[in-house]
Amino acid sequence: MRRALQVVPALWSVLAALVVSVILLALAGAPPFRALGLVLDGAVGDGGRMADTLMSWVPLTLAAAGLVVTFVAGLWNIGVEGQVIAGAIGATWAARTIPGEGFVVIPAALAAGVAAGALWALAAGVLKTRGGVNEIFGGLGLGFVAQSLATYLIIGPWKRAGIASTSGTEPFREEVWLPTVGGTRLSPVAVILALAAIAVVWALLRGTRFGLRLKAVGANPASARLLGVPTEATILRAFALGGGMAGLAGAVLATGIQHKLVPAIAGGRGFLAILVVLLAAYRIVWVVPIALFFAILSVGSAQLQLRLDLDSSIGGVLQGILVLFVILIGGWQALHRRDAEEP
Amino acid sequence: MLELRGITKRFGPVVANDGIDLDVPPGSLHAVLGENGAGKSTLMKILSGFLPPDAGRIRLDGHEVPTGSPRAALRAGIGMLHQDPLVCLPFTALDNFILGREGKIDRAAARGELREVCARFDFDIDPDARARSLSVGERQQLEIARLLSLGVKVLILDEPTSGISSEQRTKLFSALRTLAGEGLIVLFVSHKLEEVEELCDTVTVIRAGRVVGERALPCPADELVELMFGDLVVSSARPPVEIGAPALRVSGLAAGTGRQAITGVDLEVRAGEVVGLAGLEGSGQRTLLRVLAGLEPARAGHVEIDGCSLDGSSYEGFVSAGVHYLPAGRLEEGLVPGLTIAEHLTLAARLSDWVVDWDAARSRAEEAIEHFRIKGGPDTPADALSGGNQQRLLLAMMPEDLRVLLMEHPTRGLDIESADYVWTRLLARRDSGTAIVFSSADLDELVGYADRVVVFFSGKVLADLPAAALTADRLGTLIGGKVAS
Repeated sequence: MRRALQVVPALWSVLAALVVSVILLALAGAPPFRALGLVLDGAVGDGGRMADTLMSWVPLTLAAAGLVVTFVAGLWNIGVEGQVIAGAIGATWAARTIPGEGFVVIPAALAAGVAAGALWALAAGVLKTRGGVNEIFGGLGLGFVAQSLATYLIIGPWKRAGIASTSGTEPFREEVWLPTVGGTRLSPVAVILALAAIAVVWALLRGTRFGLRLKAVGANPASARLLGVPTEATILRAFALGGGMAGLAGAVLATGIQHKLVPAIAGGRGFLAILVVLLAAYRIVWVVPIALFFAILSVGSAQLQLRLDLDSSIGGVLQGILVLFVILIGGWQALHRRDAEEP
Repeated sequence: MLELRGITKRFGPVVANDGIDLDVPPGSLHAVLGENGAGKSTLMKILSGFLPPDAGRIRLDGHEVPTGSPRAALRAGIGMLHQDPLVCLPFTALDNFILGREGKIDRAAARGELREVCARFDFDIDPDARARSLSVGERQQLEIARLLSLGVKVLILDEPTSGISSEQRTKLFSALRTLAGEGLIVLFVSHKLEEVEELCDTVTVIRAGRVVGERALPCPADELVELMFGDLVVSSARPPVEIGAPALRVSGLAAGTGRQAITGVDLEVRAGEVVGLAGLEGSGQRTLLRVLAGLEPARAGHVEIDGCSLDGSSYEGFVSAGVHYLPAGRLEEGLVPGLTIAEHLTLAARLSDWVVDWDAARSRAEEAIEHFRIKGGPDTPADALSGGNQQRLLLAMMPEDLRVLLMEHPTRGLDIESADYVWTRLLARRDSGTAIVFSSADLDELVGYADRVVVFFSGKVLADLPAAALTADRLGTLIGGKVAS
């Protein structure tokens, strides 16, 4: 019953966001409904576009699944963007240095991505539990470090032969690219990994003692400690797990999409994942459609530039409006519920 | 003239103020007296605009005072000095002094004004010192200076003497006498009889949210104690309890900081014994309980359970020694809002299984719900339960074998039926040899259930007496800090 009520604000928000988006598009001089149609067509119009949308969905979903773990534990893991970058760096390192066939190197690269993302998140976790640094600030700081490290590697130790350019490292050998199907950019392995991440987080939160401890620490650390929950260990594990999934997102970006390390490898997907999780109200199942919706907006809005000469950032604007409305309507309802309870 | 009419305030099922009327003429030093939880602070917060009342009106010198806004109350001339002075710690004393003024800020003039007030009342405040570096007493002086500069006609002081030195207390009292002499209304909120007798001319006694009497001072102390606590029913029908070997031994314990500090606490509790901790809120009972639970470190002294030292041990060490702690804030530090009854019981089981069998957990929860008569189902979130049912859930979460059970306000906010039930359960634990230490503000509860009552005053043990030897008067005056009576 309570859950059903919680979905209603999401519907209202989508409606309100659509209305505002239509007005914005009209103000920008575009026929609004045609523009929305173009977005949809650009995202799912043919097999290739659907493949692109799915491949945009995968890293977003992976990062969001990891964020659900940390958010449930009450940890504002804003450093997720840096953890995606760290994962991409780790995967790039493995892809460049480990010799051999794809079926050896690819799993190694993905594992290196997971490890790097987990380490990056653990750094934020240890800063929080041992250094008293709020994870928001620690995460943001570490994000800048990861970004700078990627840029340094690209123009320094991993520069292309002869030229140091921010356009990226030398592409990986083709054997270490994530295998694709049907002449599209779709990698079944990537999709399976994203679905597996969803399943893992779902099972973790639903059926395990660790999941229960995460919820307890997130809702009330003082009570959780009195109840015998090892709060510090739980917090660090949440960070490691969440960061590992973000790192996997980075590894997929490096080995499955870019096939090299570029400075903007994360491209704001970590931050976008935060919005996905906020919209999903930390419920893992809702991450799947919401991330898909965001992927459609991201991929499809490229069409607005091609066909209507609108800047493709309009897609980001639409996503932002949607999130603002969800938070606004959710917050407004909570405010009124409180007023009703405390006359 | 300050007039309060029909002030009523409810917090959920609790009526904190129940139609309170109060008249105070100008120039009065008027005390508002009552035990912990009587509703004094709520009334004062309503008067100062900090809390909106559910009903009632306030008039000052014939003008209606808008309720529910501290700013409006201040404008009307009502200012409050809170128990913990509300200063901005990172600001300087001068910035704090200026805060809340309207219009243009003239720092030089304000500095002069602050100096003047300080000189007048012999307050010792450096205008450029950070508020953080000021003692509680100095922060209080700063707040008084600020409120006076804003032109208050009514000055409310909520328990102003806890945590300040005796010199500061003397200065405070003489300042208040001077101000009253100039026509200011001083409302002095306290549960310390001695101070009220020393300072005030008139007193209003509040009990359970109602005015139960007004007296001109001086007036016999017994009369005030009886007004404050009502008739105390001492149950002498306590069954003789088999008392065993010492379960808990505390010697020379010092812990906590500031107002919460305790020093030189010695205590021995035997298996099957119930010890009640009495005293004003914040006299050290909470700090002692938290140290005994392993949640706060001791600065000095020793703690032993069954003869084994637990000095420097972690919370987990105390738990495995058989200590269990039930805190006062049930939803704040006992239960996890949002988690269900089944989830709580599963967490409390402290198992090391990886995967939780929720079917089994639910049926265990159903057993506990039936056994402890909790009104709720396995999937009811703890925050949806009433206070009594939350306490029952906490009881259901207690481990089986306990050596020492520590509790803060075990029945606070509970209805009589729930409170009786809680004690039935606790006494069953006692009968099986658990030592029980509980703090309470409810004298009936202390005298009725404890074998011994330990009275705290300012972080020290003032008295340690068998409950059977206690009377209402004696306990009431002890709590107020008077040893001889």
